[in-house]
Amino acid sequence: MTDAPTSPEAPSPARKRWPYFVPLIVIAAMFGIFGKRLLDVERGADPRLIPTVLLDTQVPAFELEGLPGRSDPRGLAATDLKGDVTLVNVWGSWCIACVQEHPTLLQIAKENKVAIHGIDWRDTPDRGLAWLKQRGDPYARVAQDPHGEAAIAFGVTAAPESFLVDKNGVIRFKQVGPITPEVWRDQIAPLIEQLRK
Amino acid sequence: MKLRYLIALAALTLTPAAQAVEPSEMLPDATLEARAREVSKALRCVQCQNETIDESNAEIAHDMRVLVRKRIVAGDSNQQVIDYMYSRYGDYVLLKPRFAANTIALWCAPLLLLIGGAFVLRQRLRDRPTAAPAPLSAEETAALAALDQTERRA
Repeated sequence: MTDAPTSPEAPSPARKRWPYFVPLIVIAAMFGIFGKRLLDVERGADPRLIPTVLLDTQVPAFELEGLPGRSDPRGLAATDLKGDVTLVNVWGSWCIACVQEHPTLLQIAKENKVAIHGIDWRDTPDRGLAWLKQRGDPYARVAQDPHGEAAIAFGVTAAPESFLVDKNGVIRFKQVGPITPEVWRDQIAPLIEQLRK
Repeated sequence: MKLRYLIALAALTLTPAAQAVEPSEMLPDATLEARAREVSKALRCVQCQNETIDESNAEIAHDMRVLVRKRIVAGDSNQQVIDYMYSRYGDYVLLKPRFAANTIALWCAPLLLLIGGAFVLRQRLRDRPTAAPAPLSAEETAALAALDQTERRA
């Protein structure tokens, strides 16, 4: 069926043309949004990063045993995280990035600015202890979390992760991945000063 | 012969979906275990990009499955277990996102697209030129009448 030109169709301005541009605009917007995300990832944003929902909330209730045989074999509980600013570090002897982070933690311990508590996640006490013996022990207390219940309560997805807890036991900062000297200097150390005021 | 096809078909369709639950994790009570499986299928493994904790072999998924079962045994409802994981990991952990301020676009987009599509379609149908077909010419009328006649005689 061909349209016979029965009546000369004048291009009426009333025929709206803008709807034809809608798909173009929508697609351009999608390209923009996805493109930005891709660029962010290219520049180092971690696509696996899950924004924490625990920021500015009370530390979860937990009570863990310590590592038997350590010089301080005490465990760690939520109640221990009150009174002063503390840094809670989730690690494991199996964790490769923790090896990379460790010198920074040792340095922080040496500066004696904040007590670091370790949660030895999905590990055995023997392996955790051996690891600390080999590389040095920056922790005030070390707790074992063999089944990861405390780690899940903290919303941990991968080691190392660290939480800065204020004197009221409220989580103020979360570091996913190793604490680097830069993160310590630029973010955590100033925040500790601020929280102690 | 038919049976052979049936068996082949059954093998293809009845294979269970991938699962990672280990026998040691399972609860002895079948009802509770079924509930745990259901909850696990609603929770996303936080270390993997798009697997449920029921399917994932990641260690943290294992820990989460064990915790789900522990809470169910302790008397939590399915929703309470999911709420707990949500309180720890936020939206990421839910495979079915909640309806909230930050997910409005997600939930409403299909409906908006449908409404938008219907609107565009209506516009196009309305704007379509509805020229009535030209009336028959005298020759055409005569030809039609002739045809009509032959048809009746037959």
